[in-house]
Formats: sequence, C-alpha cells, structure tokens
Amino acid sequence: MNLEYTPEEEAFREEVRAFLKEKLPARLSTKVREGKNLTKADMEEWHAILNEKGWLAPHWPEKYGGTNWSVMQKFIFETETATAHAPRVVPFGLSMLAPVLIKYGTEEQCQHYLPRILDGTDWWCQGYSEPGAGSDLASLKCAAVREGDHYIVNGQKTWTTLGQHADWIFCLVRTDSSGKKQEGISFLLIDMETPGIEVRPIKLLDGDEEVNEVFFTDVKVPVENLVGEENKGWTYAKYLLTYERTNIAGIGASMAALEQLKHIARTTKKNGTLLIEDPLFAQRLARLEIDLENMKTTNLRVLDAAGKGGAPVAESSMLKIRGTEIRQEIGGLMRRAAGRYAQPFVAESMEEGYNGAPIGPEWTGPVSSQYFNNRKLSIFGGSNEVQREIITKAILEL
Amino acid sequence: MDFAIGEDRQMLSDTMSRYLAKNFDWEKRLKVIETEAGFDRAMWNELAELGVLGALFPEDAGGFGGTAFDIGVVFAEVGRAIATGPFLDTLLAGRLLAAAGESDVLESVIGGEKIVTLAHQPAYDAETGEESDVTASGSGENWTLDGAKGVVGYLGAANLIVVTSGDKAFLLEAGGEGVSVSDYRMVDGGSGGELKLSGAPARLLSGVDAETIAGNEAAGVVALSWEGVAVMDQLRDQTLEYMRTRKQFGVPIGKFQALQHRMATLALEIEQARSSSINAAAHFDKPERDRFAAAAKYTLGRVGNLAAEEAIQIHGGIGMTWELPLSHYAKRMVMLGHMLGDEDEHLSRYIELLRAA
Repeated sequence: MNLEYTPEEEAFREEVRAFLKEKLPARLSTKVREGKNLTKADMEEWHAILNEKGWLAPHWPEKYGGTNWSVMQKFIFETETATAHAPRVVPFGLSMLAPVLIKYGTEEQCQHYLPRILDGTDWWCQGYSEPGAGSDLASLKCAAVREGDHYIVNGQKTWTTLGQHADWIFCLVRTDSSGKKQEGISFLLIDMETPGIEVRPIKLLDGDEEVNEVFFTDVKVPVENLVGEENKGWTYAKYLLTYERTNIAGIGASMAALEQLKHIARTTKKNGTLLIEDPLFAQRLARLEIDLENMKTTNLRVLDAAGKGGAPVAESSMLKIRGTEIRQEIGGLMRRAAGRYAQPFVAESMEEGYNGAPIGPEWTGPVSSQYFNNRKLSIFGGSNEVQREIITKAILEL
Repeated sequence: MDFAIGEDRQMLSDTMSRYLAKNFDWEKRLKVIETEAGFDRAMWNELAELGVLGALFPEDAGGFGGTAFDIGVVFAEVGRAIATGPFLDTLLAGRLLAAAGESDVLESVIGGEKIVTLAHQPAYDAETGEESDVTASGSGENWTLDGAKGVVGYLGAANLIVVTSGDKAFLLEAGGEGVSVSDYRMVDGGSGGELKLSGAPARLLSGVDAETIAGNEAAGVVALSWEGVAVMDQLRDQTLEYMRTRKQFGVPIGKFQALQHRMATLALEIEQARSSSINAAAHFDKPERDRFAAAAKYTLGRVGNLAAEEAIQIHGGIGMTWELPLSHYAKRMVMLGHMLGDEDEHLSRYIELLRAA
C-alpha cells in the first residue's frame, strides 16, 4: 500500500497548478474566496477556459472530449482547482446528464448534446423532485403522454437549481401508472423554450433565489428526446444520482474551506485569545481535520475500487453523507469563529464591486448565509436519511 | 417546590400572547423585517402600554416586576412570536439606568417614548485587525468617550445609548456630538449597528460598578434562554405537525422510526434546556448565579443548534424556504447562540468557575 504521489502524479499536479496560475482569472478566484455571488457569465467564463484546455469534462470518454485521467489525476485536479478558489463547474450537463447519455443514450444523442454542453451552447437543469415526490422520488407524477411523434407533458418539478439560466431540462416523467411506480418512469430531454413551460423562483431562508419551480402545461416534446427506453428511466435516474452524490461530497471544496478556516483560527482573536489557542475551538477544528483526512482516503478507496469495477453505487451514499456533514461542519465553525459578527446581514455585500465598509472582519460577511444555505447539502441529491436507507439495504443487507 | 409561574405573570403572558397573535402575524413580520429599523415603532408603544416593558423592572425603578421569572415570561412570548424589537437592549440598558437612579430617563423608556440600547461589546477595528473598545476620560460631571462598540442592537432606532467602559457605564444621546452610527439589518430580522465615539460628551451612570455589569450579563442570559426555549418549542411543534401531515412512501413521515427517535431525542434535549433556563432564573439572586447562567447559555447554544438543524432537515427542502415560518425560527434560534457569548465561551466560563470552586 502506498499513498504517495508517483513522479508522474507530481508532474501532473505541477501542470494543473501552472495552468491555474496562468488561466484562472483573479477576478473569479477573488469572488469565490470572498463568498460573493457568481453570475451566469462568471460560470460560463470559467467553463470556456477549461474547455479550451480540454479539461472541462475529465470524466468523459476521450472520444467525446474527456481526458482519460486516472482516479488520482481527477482527485488532484479537483483539489487543486478548489484550493485555488476556481468557480465550481456547474454539474447539471457535465456531471449529471452526460454520464447518462454516454451510458444509455444513442450515439446520435451523444453527438448532438455533448459538444453543446462543452461549448456552453446549452445550460442544463434537473427536473427530478416534485412537491409530492421528494425522498419518495419514484412516486413522481409529472406525466408524459405519447401522441404521435410527441409526448405531451403536464405537471410540476421543484427545487430546480439554477433553472432560471437553463436552456434545457432533463426530466423524470411518468409514462405508465399501471404497475410498480419505479417501472413507469421515463427520462426525457425538454427544451425550456417550448411553449407551456413556466419557471418561478423560490426564495430561500438566506434570501437567495437559486432554486425554482418549473410548471409544464401541455408541453410538446419530440419522441426522439427520450433517453433509452420508455419506462426504464428509473435505472438511468439512479445511475445519474451516484454521480450527483459523489459530486456533492465535495472533498476538494472542503479542503479549500478548511484551509481558510485554519487561517482564520490562527489570525482571529476572541476575547483577546486567538481561536487556535482556545481549547474548545481547537478541539472542534482538530476533529474536523481528522475527519476530512479520513474522508480523503475513503473517497480515493471508493473511487479506486469503482475505477476497477464500475461506478460506485451504495458507496457513493457513504461519501455523500460524510462529505456533506464535513462541509456543514466547516460552515458551522466559520459561523462560530465570527462570534457576534455572524449576526449582521448586508445582502449587497454578496455582490461583486460592493464598496461599503465591511462590518467586523471581512470574511464574516457571508458566513451565516453560507451556513444556512449549506443546510441543503444534507437534503438534496437524496437526503442523508435516504442515503442511510441505501447503505442499510445495499451494503449491510439488513 | 413550585414550578407554576404565578397568576400575575400568567396574566402578563396571556396578554402579550394575545396581542402578538393579533398584531404581529406572519405577513406583518415579513413586512417588518424588511424595514430599516427591523421592528414596528407603533407596536412597541402599544406593548409598552400593555406593561410589557414595565414588567422587566422592579417597582423602585418605575416598573412592576423585574424578577428573573418576570423577565423570563416576557422573553418567552418574544420567542414564541419571534417578535423583533429592542427587548433585550431595553432590559440591559434599563437595568443600568435603574442602578444609577436615572428614574426620569427610565420612565420614558418604560413608557415607550424613548428607545434605549446598550453598547457593551467591543467593535472590530478593520485597520488594526484587533478589537477596539471605548475609553472614558474625565471626572465628576464632565466625561467624554472615545472608541467603538460592535453589533449594538437596534442602534439606528435608539434615542439613547448606554455605553460601558470597563466597570463604568455612561449615558449619551444618539445624534449628539462625537457620536457616529452605522446600522444594518440582522440575519434573523431586526437591526444592529456599529457605534463610533470621538470625544463624545456623556453622563456617568454613578452607582454602576463591575458587579452591576456582571449581573446584567446574567440577566441577559436569563432573557435569551427563556426566549430560546420558546423558539425550540415552536421548532419542535412545527416539525411534529409536518411529520404528521407530510406523506412519502404512502405514509406520514412521522411513521418512520429513524425520524421518530430523532424527535424523541430532540424533545428530551428541549426539556433539559427548559430546566437550564429555570435554573438560571431561580439562581439569579443567589451566589451561584454566574455558574447557572453559563450553564443555561451553553445549553441554549448546543440544543438550539440541534433544534434548528433537525427541524430544517426533517422538513427537507421546504424547511429552507423563506415563505415557511420555520426557517425564520431556525435563523432566530441559531442567532440567539451568537448573542452575549456563544456555547463555547459559556462552557469555558463554566470550567473557570468549576476550577475556582
């Protein structure tokens, strides 16, 4: 057993670092580091830079523009980009839809949609949850009825992240209600420009509007937009979720955030004492770092095993649970570190170019919003309770 | 032993509860927290008329209550409605005014004519990266204050500001010479501000000493812990209601044992928190005041966090939405933890007292 980087991996890390130093715009990394809101244009700008280098979709097969990187290379890339405060890659097209198309779609669909994801032509969003179908996703009701060359879609989706920017939505729809609920679901690609679609923002507790409700009224979708077979969508949906979960675990993001937290602990005083010297805070910090170090290796072990024998399934649930707990704990400690300065809320300070005087230490501005916003991590992508059910059944066989 | 709050306090509690239910409903709260001041000045006057502010102070200070249990009952109602307004600031500044025999000033506060706040905690100074506090110079009738205070509750709305400096306290008028205020909204509604003083003339509150200021912190903890337990009760009840009505997999989610056990744990923890708030009030006039105050604020922080996070988690996505009252209770709950020292600070304080005993 050996956890050291090989000389090749070291060289790769240097290559990634050199690339980031040269190509990651300081404007974007500053926004990410300061917790400012990223605009659609910001995210597209970073996608374009990665795409030019051929690094936007490392996990795709090479023939569609992927990289053929090893598990370790992908891990190095993820952690280096996160610690350099690069914007996150928007996952809906690249990491969620694309793996499904590659595994279950037609060659024609791959040839049509994948290049448009890479070059930014299409911004995708996810149509999974419904008001009545959350943890019980398979009970979804949004219906697609076949009429000639089209499906007619009626129903509602919710929690559609960044749906306000989207050109397309991949949807789970009900095409059969006669048998088991999992056996009547299909996976449909829908152009957001189609008449009958309405997007309404949902305001969240931190005041943000990043999620939406999407309503479908007699929306006509060509039958060629079906992925795979009719009524087999649940299989594709679950496959997609394993990617979503591994992505949500966000080890790289946690490593970057922990570095920031440690810097804060070493430079911020509370009642005259540096936080790192406060035994209670130091204990919380140490536990967190230990958990993250363990998690890094668990993550690599799971990905390594998957690399040899296919995508992780139940193991992705473990990564999702502990990964999101760590991300939430980091946010919780940032909030604690801010002390009384966690209370002020200046919404405008989250936007680029805000010139108002900071209140308290500058880093405290977004900490409460981020802490509350991060509650979503243990809810979306299948709540952590659902993940525990999956582990119970698929790994423990109880 | 008697755990009843008493007839008079029950009446006050009922009056306040009825008033807030009628005049501070959900639509109203959503409007109020979008305003600059973060509270409704007219409502404040009406609460004053109902005797809510008088209940916070003893008779010799112009009130009709002032015991720890009187304070607790008022703040429990504040928590139940997550009412915004300078309740805590009035209590803390008012007690220092009372200690100094400033009965005319306090009368105007209890009557609702004047808003007062307490500037006690130091500010963060961006230039030095250190905390910066207020220093006083002068003697007798002539004092001036210099320095800064941070996260002062409802500073923008205050007419009067009580400022601490070491073991002394001073009174000054907002808008007076050398007083500069920048105010902002708070995460949980309401407002706060940063106070800068440069050669600001102020009146010494004679009679205030280190013990008065320490007692004041304990009074604040009693208030926050009673408020916090009321917020926890709401978080628990709203979550239980949701568990009874929200169906997934064909049954109400409250039928799932994994969730049932978590709510059972939460319910137990909330009862422990309630006991800690009763302990803090019961020992307020006793030698062990500070130990029980530290215990209560530590418990409030720990259990409050659990209550807020579990309530949101069990609701799922809907628990994160602005339109659902629950998310606002959760925000208030977490922010109560940040006021007057957090969980860790009070656990440290408890350890100090344990070592000294």
